[in-house]
Amino acid sequence: MTQSYDAIIVGGGHNGLTCAAYLARAGRKVLVLERRYLVGGAAVSEEEYPGFKYTVCSYVVSLLRPEVIRELELAKHGLQIVPLDSAWVPMENGDHFASYADPASLRAEIRRHSKRDAEMVPKYNEMMYQMVSAVKPILGYVPPDPASPGVRGARTLMDFGKHLKSLDKKTFHQLSKIMTMSADDFLSEWVETDVIRALMGINGIIGTKLGVKSPGTAYVLLHHYMGELDGAFTAWGSQKGGTGGVSDAIASAAMSYGAEIRCNAPVDHVIVKNGRAVGVVLEGGEEIYAKTIASAADPYVTFKKLVDEKDLPDDLVSAIEKFKFRGSSGKVNLALDTSPKFSAMKDPTFLRGMIEICPSVDYIEQAYDDAKYGSFSKRPYVDVDIPTMVDPSMAPPGKHVMSCFVQYASYDMPEFGNRDQQREAFGNAVIDTLSEFIPNLKDIILHKQVLTPWDIEDKIALTEGNIFGGELTLDQLFFFRPAAGWADFRTPIRNYYQCGSGTHPGGGITAGPGRLGALEILRDGN
Amino acid sequence: MPRHTPFHSRTNVLCESQSWTEWSGYLSAQTYEMDHIHEYNAIRLGAGLFDVSPLYKYFIRGRDALALVNRVITRDASKCRVGQVIYTAWCDDDGKIFDDGTIARLGEDSFRMTAALPTLYWLQDNAFGMDVDIEDVSDAFGAVALQGPMSRDILQVLTDADMGDLKYFHSLETKLAGSPVNVSRTGYTGDLGYEVFAEPDHCERIWDALMETGADYKMLPTGMVSLDMARIEAGLLLLDADFHSAAHAIFEVEKNSPYELGLGWMVNLKKDHFVGQDALRREQARGPATCTVGLEVDVLALEKIYAQYAMPLHLPYQSWVDAIPVYSDSDQRDHIGRATSGTWSPVMKRYVAIARINPQYAKIGSRIYLEQTVEARRYAVPAKVVEMPFFDPPRKRE
Repeated sequence: MTQSYDAIIVGGGHNGLTCAAYLARAGRKVLVLERRYLVGGAAVSEEEYPGFKYTVCSYVVSLLRPEVIRELELAKHGLQIVPLDSAWVPMENGDHFASYADPASLRAEIRRHSKRDAEMVPKYNEMMYQMVSAVKPILGYVPPDPASPGVRGARTLMDFGKHLKSLDKKTFHQLSKIMTMSADDFLSEWVETDVIRALMGINGIIGTKLGVKSPGTAYVLLHHYMGELDGAFTAWGSQKGGTGGVSDAIASAAMSYGAEIRCNAPVDHVIVKNGRAVGVVLEGGEEIYAKTIASAADPYVTFKKLVDEKDLPDDLVSAIEKFKFRGSSGKVNLALDTSPKFSAMKDPTFLRGMIEICPSVDYIEQAYDDAKYGSFSKRPYVDVDIPTMVDPSMAPPGKHVMSCFVQYASYDMPEFGNRDQQREAFGNAVIDTLSEFIPNLKDIILHKQVLTPWDIEDKIALTEGNIFGGELTLDQLFFFRPAAGWADFRTPIRNYYQCGSGTHPGGGITAGPGRLGALEILRDGN
Repeated sequence: MPRHTPFHSRTNVLCESQSWTEWSGYLSAQTYEMDHIHEYNAIRLGAGLFDVSPLYKYFIRGRDALALVNRVITRDASKCRVGQVIYTAWCDDDGKIFDDGTIARLGEDSFRMTAALPTLYWLQDNAFGMDVDIEDVSDAFGAVALQGPMSRDILQVLTDADMGDLKYFHSLETKLAGSPVNVSRTGYTGDLGYEVFAEPDHCERIWDALMETGADYKMLPTGMVSLDMARIEAGLLLLDADFHSAAHAIFEVEKNSPYELGLGWMVNLKKDHFVGQDALRREQARGPATCTVGLEVDVLALEKIYAQYAMPLHLPYQSWVDAIPVYSDSDQRDHIGRATSGTWSPVMKRYVAIARINPQYAKIGSRIYLEQTVEARRYAVPAKVVEMPFFDPPRKRE
């Protein structure tokens, strides 16, 4: 039996669900098709070990657009985000740097490392806030093509120009620098303490195969300042029950508006007739028809797998082939019998914030050196989050889950053998590195889950395991995301749209692409 | 010289912020940490432990105990079975509210009353000619409120009583970590939660046991700042914030009836005579002069005002208690009442307030305007009358 819908969304990741929610809210009959047994894409919480829920891939929330929270009433549907307001970095000499949430404690801690930095770090933050408030509106824009903007695009560009003009001269100059410099060079102009620069520089490299000293990484620092929570900038948080809870809340909102969601329904390809998308074929052969098809998959899947290249112009195919995915990070999730004990941590309240294994700038750059030629870092940068320190719903009482985001890893690391051997070697390197800072770690691990970039692709269908659906570097953002001329959520195939993190404003749990994609679909009258 | 509660030896060590306030003459922690936000989240994710010892507590016992309680409070205490607890108001002769609190029926002829204000004289004066023993046990019992989704699990570890059997607004006598306690499934947060009453000698041991067990359930000691946010989310009124006691108000204009405070549901005009009944009957017939409602502030409109100053939206980071003008029009000409407390709710992602306004605008969905000051200029920000409690999770009753 074939059914007909107004719109089919391919992929039930958080952006696909967001797109579905907005379309259903506007009265469209919507079907979401998800290949896995659960929705969420990279934002899923799964019980991989009895009683322990892992944030399998994506683990924190910071860029979720406040308008999406409001418009879809996500709090009513279970969104509950707790701030992760501290960061703690153990150093190799046994000391540490603690980034306190409260400004007075933070200032005292920075002074312990550098009196100058205690004054400069707040100034740096102020400068970044000013820049962000000028640049931030772009998150809500549909990117125009500056080469041929059209009337609406011209208005957007003018509007953006006005925001840039609101910057004072000094901040404008900083903006020019941040567009071109490396994260560490840019930070070095402000901050002298190595460990503080290491901690701040991390945001420049997450999800990209670049080092903190690679030019172009400074801009990504700014991108990470755009997060907000309850009106506060740069706020990181963790969702109750893991990031899967965010997806579930969006799915619940979508269903409340009448959207239908089918899991275990992998789409094989989109049916295109006379240059127009009319439906999809599932892997089992089932055909489902709809007036509009939107792909929440990444650009490679959207253009190279779901449709036939012959339906696309050569320059787009070529641009997608050049689009950089090259997943650079992996994930190690641990079930722990008891609380981990960091040898350098005096105040255990830091366990409930982020713990960053990035003891120095050179440490991070050396981690990149290892990975540059297709390996993993012997001693990687690890972003540790222990959600059970604030959320008792994810593990049995007294036990913990520890999410370790690891950079760098490579998509294929044949020097270690087959995929299973690669995974094993990578997981061991991470646990060995962590054990340098957490002596009791190996004794308290009850279960581990290791994901290399290849595993992320295999599990979530993110090409080459890139967590952002394509690197977030300046050459792949705004009107370049995913390709010049095709950044407005449309495609050369009529009624075939994009709404995944490979489109503007990009990866992370932002729900921005899903919302903007849906609004463009509705704008076209579809 | 502020007094110390029976838990002070413990709370004093934990109160890292050294931020104390005064509550009925006792020192009471505002926050334990420098910032309240983790305490607030603990209430909604794990559990929060509040020292609520400064509450006034009275035992009312004897043949006429029920008669006295029923003479004083506005609800019908005869319907309160042994083991049950009710939330009620009590009024003066003019039907103006004195206070609100809980009445626990501990036995056929035995009640425990909690109150925000000293109430002994009022009970004694109303007991004229009755066979009843009124005892002020305010100092004879310490009390903690354990509130949040994990509160039941925490108590269950420490007691043999089956906490699953203790229903909403009921209490029982049991032992907690070996100490005799009365556990009442009540609270001031609108969440699953309990209040534990114990004699002072047992308080430290109970606190230690709760802290030790609670650690596995992400319980935090919590102060008044997060409590106030939680009670506003729960739509619960606070004395001296949302209303004043007629016992202490000097001017008529400061007094309110239960009807005006949205507490009309707890006035039982059909029961035998109680203090204020005649006045309340007359008021019920003519309708209250004001209504207490929940408001939701339109944050998009507020954001636009901030945008005029090239500033990002600013939301109250913690609750406020104030008297803020409410208007029926955006020109701020037609004043219709006041908002008395409000908060940005991180858990609901809504800016909510409790307001007392002209009944004509009290219907759910009414659009009214709340005054907000941005850069020292007054603006009328649109708000909508919405249902209270704002936050009402099923676990509270389940």
